[in-house]
Amino acid sequence: MEKKFLQTSIKDSLFTGLIALALFGPIVGLRTVAKNEVLEVHPKWFIVLIIVVVCAVGRFLTNLYVYNRDQKTGIQSSIGKSISNFLDTKGYQIALTAIIFSVIFPFLPFTDRYLMDIAIMMLTYIMLGWGLNIVIGLAGLLDLGYVAFYAVGAYSYALFAIHFGWSFWICLPIAGIFAAMFGVLLGFPVLRLRGDYLAIVTLAFGEMIRILLLNWYQLTKGPDGLTGIPRPSFFGLPFKSFPDEGEQTFHTFFGIEYDPMQRIIFLYYLILVLALITNLFTIKIRRLPIGRAWEALREDEIACKSLGVNPRNTKLTAFAIGAMFGGFAGSFFATRQAFISPESFTFIESAIIVAIVVLGGMGSQTGVVLATVFLIGLIEVFRDFESYRMIAFGGAMVLIMIFRPRGILATRKPTITLEKSSS
Amino acid sequence: MDTAYFLQQLINGVTLGSVYGLIAIGYTMVYGIIGMINFAHGDIFMVGAFIALISFILFALTSIALPIVLLLTLLIAMVFTACYGWTVEKLAYKPLRKSFRLAPLISALGMSIVLQNYVQAAQGARIKTLQPVIQGGFTFMEDTGFTVSLSYLQIFIVLVTIILMAIFTLLITKTALGRAQRACEQDRTMTALMGINVDRTISITFIIGSSLASVAGMMFVMYYGVIDFYIGFLAGIKAFTAAVLGGIGSVPGAMLGGLLIGLIEVFWSGYISIEYKDIAAFTVLVVVLIFFPTGFLGKPDIEKV
Repeated sequence: MEKKFLQTSIKDSLFTGLIALALFGPIVGLRTVAKNEVLEVHPKWFIVLIIVVVCAVGRFLTNLYVYNRDQKTGIQSSIGKSISNFLDTKGYQIALTAIIFSVIFPFLPFTDRYLMDIAIMMLTYIMLGWGLNIVIGLAGLLDLGYVAFYAVGAYSYALFAIHFGWSFWICLPIAGIFAAMFGVLLGFPVLRLRGDYLAIVTLAFGEMIRILLLNWYQLTKGPDGLTGIPRPSFFGLPFKSFPDEGEQTFHTFFGIEYDPMQRIIFLYYLILVLALITNLFTIKIRRLPIGRAWEALREDEIACKSLGVNPRNTKLTAFAIGAMFGGFAGSFFATRQAFISPESFTFIESAIIVAIVVLGGMGSQTGVVLATVFLIGLIEVFRDFESYRMIAFGGAMVLIMIFRPRGILATRKPTITLEKSSS
Repeated sequence: MDTAYFLQQLINGVTLGSVYGLIAIGYTMVYGIIGMINFAHGDIFMVGAFIALISFILFALTSIALPIVLLLTLLIAMVFTACYGWTVEKLAYKPLRKSFRLAPLISALGMSIVLQNYVQAAQGARIKTLQPVIQGGFTFMEDTGFTVSLSYLQIFIVLVTIILMAIFTLLITKTALGRAQRACEQDRTMTALMGINVDRTISITFIIGSSLASVAGMMFVMYYGVIDFYIGFLAGIKAFTAAVLGGIGSVPGAMLGGLLIGLIEVFWSGYISIEYKDIAAFTVLVVVLIFFPTGFLGKPDIEKV
């Protein structure tokens, strides 16, 4: 018995090696390099050999030690469960600690410009994740074109600010409304489509917006992008080192030294507040009838229809509200970068935001934060390995779907429970 | 002039449509059998194009006659790309068959990112150019001021597509394998009870889909002469549109849809605007899904409680 098992294992791992050779042989082993306009093939057999051996040996070892065991419930799920339990019991304290930490973060001794930039980026993604969580997590609509709303927000902010000179606080709601309008515009015809069709249509919509931005040169300056987007001011006080004649700036008003960090810290708090508003909104709306209708619709559309919930309008509100928060985040992005181009709104951005929501556990607000810190941290740490980090990123999406399809925080607490009647 | 221009667009459209049609078959077969959109299929097509490119470069060093080179490249691309399709199914989709509805789609999205960046890492991000493999062709209507040309390459592409279509249509309608596939489409549990290996049937579906996509990839690299690791994304969406237009789940529908999408794209860029040619396909996708979700040859999808 034991011997036969060993034999099949060896056969199986040899087969794995053969497949690995077929997979990696041509693509990895025969690298094409352009020389004088003509492609040449540079063999790299050594790397292929290593990959093949690793695959075969890895398969052999997993055969021996993983599949051979009786316990099939891996440790992954138990870890996830204990995290979920911990967050369930201590959720409030943890959220409070996290908020306090993020409030004092800019003034911590080790915080520098680089860390602040990463923190701002993470918060932007957290906000986008929370916004998309309304669409994916609550309403159960897979939206692969979320970046379109982000782009609409960014461009409408930039255009209004550049051409009309309106301040950030006026443009922000306008950008949000514009994005929401686009959400309705897209959502109205497509929302009766089923899950995966909807995903593809939203993806196509995201690409359409990007192509439009790329080609509508008169309005968007096409691939050159929009430059000179006004920076936000602190209630009318700009952040400038050398104020114009008679102009009051942030540092002269408060009588402190000018420091470029002041603007960064202001931006940080700005996105922190915007993100927290998104979160608060979601938590509150979840308890309202419309929020309950979203979650009910996610679970069973037919049952909802028969109970008198209008699926299209309900989905449309989720879509529009999600889009609105995407628009807010977009206008923040525009004011922070002071430069936007269609380059920033590619499909991969949508994929990252979807991955954040999915990895965190659809519908879980804390999960979004954990997933953002993990994914953006991963992308930041492996900054120099552009394509390898994206391989790891895509691989992580596949692995999560296989091992924890409901995300890291997979538990779903009902937002309302029936109280036990005492009679 | 006008008819000549129209004829030229027609020829180009049919050629492009053949490529889209071949990719669309992969989408439609997979959708038919397991009901998922294989998002990574466009990238499988891209891998096929790369394998064909490498094969062409290697054969250029030898002195084998052109028809044999074409045949060998076709076979090599099909075999190696089929390995990719098979592996992707085993790794990313098979464990998810009983998961919730969106899980395979997200997994496929991850797989698509993996494949793109893997090819980018292994082959570099620059575009790859291939010298023309088949040159020459016919020209006619020269006296009208606009010369219509029909290259040998275009004839080759359309011919190979027709031959492959015929072979695979026979395979699906006349063989035991095709019967097993159609049975799996209807009811997987019952099919398994009847003694058919469902896993194997699904694997074979992926293998067929991938090898047809690799043929499309080979034609793409021959026709345009330029590829990079990103071509699978747009081609994938357009081919998916083709599959939907023809009626998802129907193999002849996919071919018809591919032809239509190719024609629409070429005529759009020929008569309306070349910058917005990608929007044409997307618009068709949205319009078809909204007003016409079963496509031309699809079966209506009845929702059951």
